[in-house]
Amino acid sequence: MKLTLRVWRQQNADADGAMSTYEVDGISADMSFLEMLDTLNEELILGGEDPVAFDHDCREGICGACSLVINGDAHGPERTTTCQLHMRAFRDGDTIDVEPWRAAAFPVVKDLVVDRSAFDRIIQAGGYISAPTGAAPEAHATPVPKPDADFAFEHAECIGCGACVAACPNGSAMLFTSAKVNHLNVLPQGAPERETRVLDMVGQMDAEGFGGCTLTGECATACPKGIPLPSIAAMNKEWLRATRKAKKVGR
Amino acid sequence: MALATRTDRKPSLTRTVWDSTVGKKAVMAVSGLIMLTYLAVHMFGNLKIFFGAGDFNGYAHWLRTVGEPFLHYEWALWIIRVVLVAAVVAHAVSAYQLSRRDIRARPSQYVHRRPRASYATRTMRWGGVILGLFIVWHVLDLTTGTVHPGGFQSGHPYQNVIDTFSTWYGNTIYIVAMLALGLHVQHGFWSAAQTLGAGSAARDRILKTLANVLALVLTLGFISVPVAVMTGVVS
Ligand code: HEM
Ligand code: SF4
Ligand code: FES
Repeated sequence: MKLTLRVWRQQNADADGAMSTYEVDGISADMSFLEMLDTLNEELILGGEDPVAFDHDCREGICGACSLVINGDAHGPERTTTCQLHMRAFRDGDTIDVEPWRAAAFPVVKDLVVDRSAFDRIIQAGGYISAPTGAAPEAHATPVPKPDADFAFEHAECIGCGACVAACPNGSAMLFTSAKVNHLNVLPQGAPERETRVLDMVGQMDAEGFGGCTLTGECATACPKGIPLPSIAAMNKEWLRATRKAKKVGR
Repeated sequence: MALATRTDRKPSLTRTVWDSTVGKKAVMAVSGLIMLTYLAVHMFGNLKIFFGAGDFNGYAHWLRTVGEPFLHYEWALWIIRVVLVAAVVAHAVSAYQLSRRDIRARPSQYVHRRPRASYATRTMRWGGVILGLFIVWHVLDLTTGTVHPGGFQSGHPYQNVIDTFSTWYGNTIYIVAMLALGLHVQHGFWSAAQTLGAGSAARDRILKTLANVLALVLTLGFISVPVAVMTGVVS
């Protein structure tokens, strides 16, 4: 396959960026999107140019590092991560636009790499449980109803990639935050911090400069892990419940 | 000596709600639902116009005497007006503040653009502004009579309604605003359910259907009045 790529190039956080056009040839339909970019970078390096910077790590769809907006879609045209997107999703001769996640809370570091540490701070604000240290407790000591376990697991699938923020016209992190809150709030292990968790994580989310939710549903469409839109309603319910109980939990 | 284990003072409930995007959105949802309830009652009340001047004017008079003798003349109406003004202000202020925040959170657009979300979803902000302007015109036209075409007669709403809908601009403003209302309610009702935590995967279909029915019934109900005047069914 022969492709025309239009890639966002930006020297550093303070520089102005722009789209640059590159031609790549000899792309196999079995290559992943990142392998296609590797091919481009090899050519750039051989030509003495600066390679395109992009984030990646596991390349098997589980770490959440890869993050590209491809033809206007976060993670491209298929419901998967960029690293698991294969070139067979495109046709010979296509022109492909590649851009970084765009949100005020995700500043561009270089080219296609953005700083997603705002997500880490949301997790630090409440994405944990209090557990005694020592030997692992007996797994059957705390029974969890099957529907709750399924609900928790569905939300634990979030890999923190930030596609939801990138897709949202308001740069909102509600889907990510709801995945993290719902995952722990439904479980007995998460019960001691049930109220403070949702209040603190939503508070941190707001403090980071993410936008609010207008229920456009773009986030759930983009999410490679299928975190569903009603997760946001579930978190709103937790938040409203927590404000009512705020006195009791010492807030 | 006892240790001061808690020295920080936590913000009040009102502050927590108003300062949070989730809380402010809840204010928007509740004020929106208050307006929506009023509009449903208002629409059914308007349909009395099809039973003639006597019925319609009598209904308007009853609105002023309802609650008597416990309430004084027009008190019930004034209580509703105060609640509605509070709802409109709370709704518009939170919509404005949240919209500002949303725009700041996504300062640069993607070079590669594609259409996003449904029409009703994308037009919430401008649709809301249209509704706000419409409310001002509507009150000046049929409540105070300030911009009413022809002589405004207090206590004779039947004639006033016919006067307004006998002008081309009265009909145009009204019908455009009611179409905007339908779109706003279609996304707004479902949104409010999500914001207040009533949404779930199992309930999504029924909530969306309810939003569509509500939007359609309100819009058609309101528009039936100018159409009836235009076609001479009501004169
Ligand atoms: C006339 C009666 C009105 C009704 C019944 C109404 C109802 C609603 C409801 C129920 C919501 C959903 C809240 C939520 O998502 O939780 C909403 C959202 C909204 N309303 Fe209104 N509203 C009205 C007038 C207005 C006015 C005058 C404005 C403008 C100042 C406005 C602007 C908005 C905006 C910007 C949203 C957010 C939309 C979004 O979710 O993206 N509305 N409205
Ligand atoms: S909710 Fe989905 S899109 Fe958002 S960070 Fe988690 S996995 Fe990525
Ligand atoms: S590189 Fe790990 S999810 Fe794509």
